Parts: sequence; structure tokens; C-alpha cells
Amino acid sequence: MDTDLFVAWFEETARLVRRDRDRLTRLDAAIGDADHGTNLDRGLTEVRKALTEWPPESPVQVLTSAGTALIRRVGGASGPLYGSVFRQMGKALDSPVTLAGFSAAFDEGVVAVERLGKAAPGDKTMVDALAPASRALALAVRDGVGVREAFEQAARAAAEGARATIPMQARKGRASYLGERSIGHEDPGAASSALFMAALATVAS
Amino acid sequence: MKKLINSADSVVADALKGMAAAHPTLRIRDQVVYRADGPRRGKVGLVSGGGSGHEPLHAGFVGYGMLDAACPGEIFTSPVPDQIIEATKAVDGGAGVLHIVKNYTGDVLNFEMAAELVEDVEVASVLVDDDVAVQDSLYTAGRRGTGATLFVEKIAGALAEEGAPLDDVAAVAGAVDERSRSFGIALTSCTTPHAGKPTFDLPETDVELGIGIHGEPGRARVPMAPARELAATAMEAIHGDLPLQGDLLVMVNGMGGTPLMELYVVFAEVAAYVKGKGARVSRSLVGNYVTSLDMQGFSVTVCRLDDTLTRLWDAPVDTPGLRW
Repeated sequence: MDTDLFVAWFEETARLVRRDRDRLTRLDAAIGDADHGTNLDRGLTEVRKALTEWPPESPVQVLTSAGTALIRRVGGASGPLYGSVFRQMGKALDSPVTLAGFSAAFDEGVVAVERLGKAAPGDKTMVDALAPASRALALAVRDGVGVREAFEQAARAAAEGARATIPMQARKGRASYLGERSIGHEDPGAASSALFMAALATVAS
Repeated sequence: MKKLINSADSVVADALKGMAAAHPTLRIRDQVVYRADGPRRGKVGLVSGGGSGHEPLHAGFVGYGMLDAACPGEIFTSPVPDQIIEATKAVDGGAGVLHIVKNYTGDVLNFEMAAELVEDVEVASVLVDDDVAVQDSLYTAGRRGTGATLFVEKIAGALAEEGAPLDDVAAVAGAVDERSRSFGIALTSCTTPHAGKPTFDLPETDVELGIGIHGEPGRARVPMAPARELAATAMEAIHGDLPLQGDLLVMVNGMGGTPLMELYVVFAEVAAYVKGKGARVSRSLVGNYVTSLDMQGFSVTVCRLDDTLTRLWDAPVDTPGLRW
């Protein structure tokens, strides 16, 4: 896995988030404050700008630069949370990047976001998509499957994880203020996390 | 929905341009609003911030006796650490800086990151979480910061203006938060410029109880009722959490789209309720102060005063949004 693949990952994510911006915002309107699609679209625009202005020379630089742009320029909770995933992942990533190395570093990113957001699986947050994706990657490494299939399995696990947030009652973030009324809606953070993983599967194929 | 904007993307910047043009006491740089006469040597600096759409909170409370800087984010989106770091460094007069943070995941994360990253400035932080509509438990992100933010900014600002040290200013800010409770009721949702239509649908026949200040739905929807009953609902929620007693500072706050006349109708009911509990409305504020764009509705915030808090509330203040 080279630098270009990591850049392509963020470019494809930016495209998917732009495409699904209104859907994410609608999900957020139901149980939050109706800005998730707009914010993430703005954030990924900043990521693309950063990656163009200072062309990264390694996968680690892509992750650090993207994470920093998300933390410094997005605001809200999603900026620092996504930013932490990628910065932490960048810190943990060894080169050259193997699937096993990617999987281990990604898991550290997920652990970082769980810590920062004080969220656990089942709280109806982005963790509910990211944690299953991380588990799928670890299983793929164990089973010795190829990169492409591993990323496809991770994308499927994230999408299923996002859908599984529908019957959950939110315990973290703004949706938690709704109590039981948060049940019946997909979590917008889990939905956007699924887009990050879908983008990864696309660029690897 | 019609909006007086040039474009949804430029609304925050355009509004700040207007504030700068209207108020020469303010200086606005890189999306941070400062007092033009600051920083003052030896005075604790007060920095707050949060999403835009709550005006006059926070930028309208920058000035003598209140905030030294406000960091407005995008609409309903917390500011970014860069803004907060710049503001913190710029207002430090050598006595340290107090961050006043409303308890929302995004605000907390961004202020925490800024406090960690800022160098050579002593930073203390107070979290405002006064909204009794949210249960403070493991199962929520904790109570929201709403109307009490204004009380904290005013009272801590007055103490800082007297030259008190950072620990004391932080302590009085924490005390105001502990002694304050709020509850809000919406007659309509609000419409963000980007969405162009209401965040949630609320029929003519219903109101939403326990709303926050971001157009997010509340905890329950009930039939519309006379102001007396709605005021009683809000006051019962507050009284049930922090019994009303002694001298009170009471604010009836409009959510942005409610006429002042109706807020006074509510205040009359709130005052009667307070009297019925044997407490006293010692100081009051009625108007649109902590708003949610064009939402119709109100919130009540009550603070149990003591002599110190009363003196600091009465101290002179000169900001675009609050002045006496």
C-alpha cells in the first residue's frame, strides 16, 4: 500500500460524503442538529486542500495531514473525533504498509476515538461502525485474505454496524438528549464512518 | 424559508462583518471577536465560544465586565482549536485565562484540545451544564449548557474586572453554574440557512418540552397549552431539581422568534410561581439572549443568588448584548 492509495482513500471519501451530504444531514436532523453532512463535506474539502498544498511523501504523512486538517478546521465533535482516528493511526503505522500493519494501526485509531469520545460499542456513535470494521480487518489478516477482500469485508462490517445503530438508544453525543426518542434512527456518525470504509474498498479494487 | 442572507456559506462571516461595523468597541480578526481595548495587564482573560446561531451569545457579550474574546464556530458547530488558541494567547494579560465552555461534546473536545496546545498561558476552564431537561447520567452526554452561560459570563466577568486571580474567577464561575438551572420549551423548530427548512416538524397543535438551543428535538411532545401551564411545566422541572428559595436571578429567554410581549406574559407566570414557593425574584432579565436562530419558544433560567453574586451581577457591564 503506497502513498497514492492513502491519498485516493481520502479523495474517494470526499466524493462519497459530497454525494451523501444531504442524507447525512437528514439523519442528523432527526436526532441531532442537522449539520453532519455539511460539516464533514467542509472537513474533507479542507483535507483535500491540505493534501494538494503539501503533497505527502508517505502514508503516515497522508494520515497525519488529513487528521490535523480535520481537527483544526472542522469544529463540532466530528472534526476532532475523525481527526484523532487518523492522527493516531498515522502514529502507529509502520512502513512499508502491510495489511497486518494497516489493521493494527487502524485499531489504535479506533481505540483513540473511543477514549476521546468516551464511547463504547452500543452507544449509537461512529464507534458502532468503526469497531466492527476493525474487527473484520483483524479477522481478514488472521485468515490470510488479500487486501482487496479485506477492505471489502471491513466496508460491509461498517455498513452493517451503521444499520445496527437504528434500534439503539443513544448514550453519547447530542442524540443522547433525546433518550428513548433516539431509537429508530440511524446514527449519522456511524453512517459517515461506513462511507470512509466504503471508500477504502473502492480504491483498493 | 426566506432568510436575510447573501449565501448560506457566508452567513457567519457576513454577520461578524456587521458586528465589527456596528460596534467600534469590538475588534474582529480570524473569526475571533475581541475587546478593542484589551488585553489589560494583570486582569484574568475570559474566553468563550460555541456554534453560531445563538446571538447575542457569545460575541454580543464581549466587552467591559464580561468576555474578553468570543470564538464563533459555524452555525451550531463548535469553534476549532486554532481559534481558541489564538483568542487565549491574545487576551492573556499575565493573570491567566478562563475558558467558559457549554457542555456539548464538540465544544468540550475543541476547548480541551486548545487548552492542551496553548503554551505559556495559565488556563482554567468551567463547564456550564444547567439544563434540567437532560438527565445527568452514564446514559447521556450530561446536561447541556444553556441560559446559565450568560449568568456565568456576566458574574465571572465582573469579578475578573475587579482584578481577582484566576482561581477565584474560576470558582465563582463554577458556583454560578452549580446554583443555576434551566428548562426550555419550543413552539416551533428552527431553520438553519443550509437546510432551508425546519430541523424538525412540530404541528400547530403541539409543543416540544425540554429543547436545547440547536433545534434538536426535546424529550417529549405535548399539546399546546396556555402560557401559564407551559411556564408551570418549566418551573416544576427546575424546582424539582433545585428547590426555589431565597433571592433568585430569573431570566425568561426568547429562542429568537418569539415577541417580547409573549416573553413578558411568561415572566408574569414565572414570577407568580416563584412567589408561590416562598422565594423572591431579586434580579431579572427578559429578552432574546441565548437563542436558537428563528425558533419560537422560551427558556427559563434561575440562579440562587447570595450577596457576592448579587453585587457582581449588578456591577457595570458594557457589551453589545448586555449593558448597565
